[in-house]
Amino acid sequence: MDKKDREILELLENNSRLRYEQIAAMLDMDQTEVENRVKELEEKRLIVKYHSLINWEKAGQETVSALIEVKVTPQRGSGFDDIAERIYRFPEVKTVYLMSGSYDISVLIEGKTMKEVAFFVATKLATVEEVQGTATHFVLKKYKQEGVILEDKEDDRRLVISP
Amino acid sequence: MINWTDKLSPQVKSIPPSGIRRFFDLVSEMKGVISLGVGEPDFVTPWHVREACIYSLEKGYTMYTSNWGLLELREEIARHLYNNYKVAYEPRNEVLVTVGVSEGMDLALRALLAPGDEVLVPEPCYVSYAPCTSMAGGTPVPILTSAENDFRVTAAEIKEKITPKTKVIILSYPNNPTGATISREELMEIAKVVKKHDLVVISDEIYDKLTYEGEHTCFASLPAMKNRTILLNGFSKAYAMTGWRLGYACGHPEVIAHMTKIHQYTMLCAPVTAQMAALEALQNGTDEMLKMVAEYDRRRKLVLKGFSEIGLSCFEPKGAFYAFPSIKNTGLSSEEFAERLLMEAKVATVPGSVFGVNGQGHIRCSYAASVENLTEAIDRMDKFLKKLSFCGEEACG
Repeated sequence: MDKKDREILELLENNSRLRYEQIAAMLDMDQTEVENRVKELEEKRLIVKYHSLINWEKAGQETVSALIEVKVTPQRGSGFDDIAERIYRFPEVKTVYLMSGSYDISVLIEGKTMKEVAFFVATKLATVEEVQGTATHFVLKKYKQEGVILEDKEDDRRLVISP
Repeated sequence: MINWTDKLSPQVKSIPPSGIRRFFDLVSEMKGVISLGVGEPDFVTPWHVREACIYSLEKGYTMYTSNWGLLELREEIARHLYNNYKVAYEPRNEVLVTVGVSEGMDLALRALLAPGDEVLVPEPCYVSYAPCTSMAGGTPVPILTSAENDFRVTAAEIKEKITPKTKVIILSYPNNPTGATISREELMEIAKVVKKHDLVVISDEIYDKLTYEGEHTCFASLPAMKNRTILLNGFSKAYAMTGWRLGYACGHPEVIAHMTKIHQYTMLCAPVTAQMAALEALQNGTDEMLKMVAEYDRRRKLVLKGFSEIGLSCFEPKGAFYAFPSIKNTGLSSEEFAERLLMEAKVATVPGSVFGVNGQGHIRCSYAASVENLTEAIDRMDKFLKKLSFCGEEACG
């Protein structure tokens, strides 16, 4: 990966709907070159997915998210990886991180109701053999996600014409 | 009844209002307009700067500062100029914090000019230079730089306009409205003329950080030029701080002392809140500033490519955030073109003629706008140009 690739990634990370021709113009590149590079970045899974950040709450869709601290006993040979995999295979699990500090694995779960999430933790997560304990924290309000302030659409307050 | 016409200063009455005003009034009444007419960043001031200002208010920084500005800020400005351009100013008597470059320009001209003194003003340029010169009692002498030379003023063009009354020349690169920059070599040639004719240079370098190709040369950093130069700069463009109104002037202690005298009686000092914010911008703002500059550069390329694809000829601007395309082949004047573009295609630009007679035949397009808006604006301009050329051939109205 070189400087051009990095610049393409930066642009797409911020706005995945940019067209090849726009990227080409902004980076002073040939459009075909941009297309080829993006394809390669996709194949190498440096670009993992193109997605949209949706404010579901505003869309009236009630979802419940919870951040679960999980304490586990690491396994000889694979450490935390196999345990993490058992957890991240569940589709309800949106994010899994290995953490430093007082617990080991951080799991973000989304469900329709609080009960559904709690039930999932009790039956699926807490019952994994290596899991020593869990602590569930429900998300009450999302202010900022993926670097974007959700509620805050700052209008262009500038004068329309100025010298 | 008081008759104001009799009361008002004839000198101020003789100064025409800015040509931008009429356009502003036109645009304000319209909806769905994409504006490329804005002379300021489309970023808000970085949060760490705003946060530092809020903190300063909480701590009670609400008093006057020294007329010169906070010493800590002046020290930071001097350090910054030294690090960037290796030009060393003494913070105690060679740096004055002003209310934007606008005030700095006014102070410099008023501190220098006696009635009849001539000020060389390369045009196209920012709208305030000539009026401020007149209001300070001087006579602005425009130098019409040529489009063929990408509107960079040359030593020869300057020489041609020098008379025994010439005292000052104003330089402003990177340039508003053209986006032109100027090389160190070209400035060296100008410096020779300046020295030979014993001129003072007022160098407005507010867009210095927004230089996309090559390096910006600070005029005061040229050999023997520091003592002949009043360097004006500020925080508006690089740090997206236009509304804070904060700038600075640097120069020889004698001229800075005179400028400070006017400043102390008219302004007293620049607002302390803005000074506290500026301190934070200089100390911790470089990363975000560079990000904004990189972003402008990408948009610059997008706009240039777009213009070339729709057949709008435009020299490559290498600084500021303006493109200054020529619209001469449409047969319309700048004003006509800009007005019809606004009314028929809903894209706001500024007629080049506002910035000097040789800006005629050009429009100023600011690319301090989002990629979506720039793309849409170029699209609209494309349709507008096609309609124009079709109508030209068919002679329709």
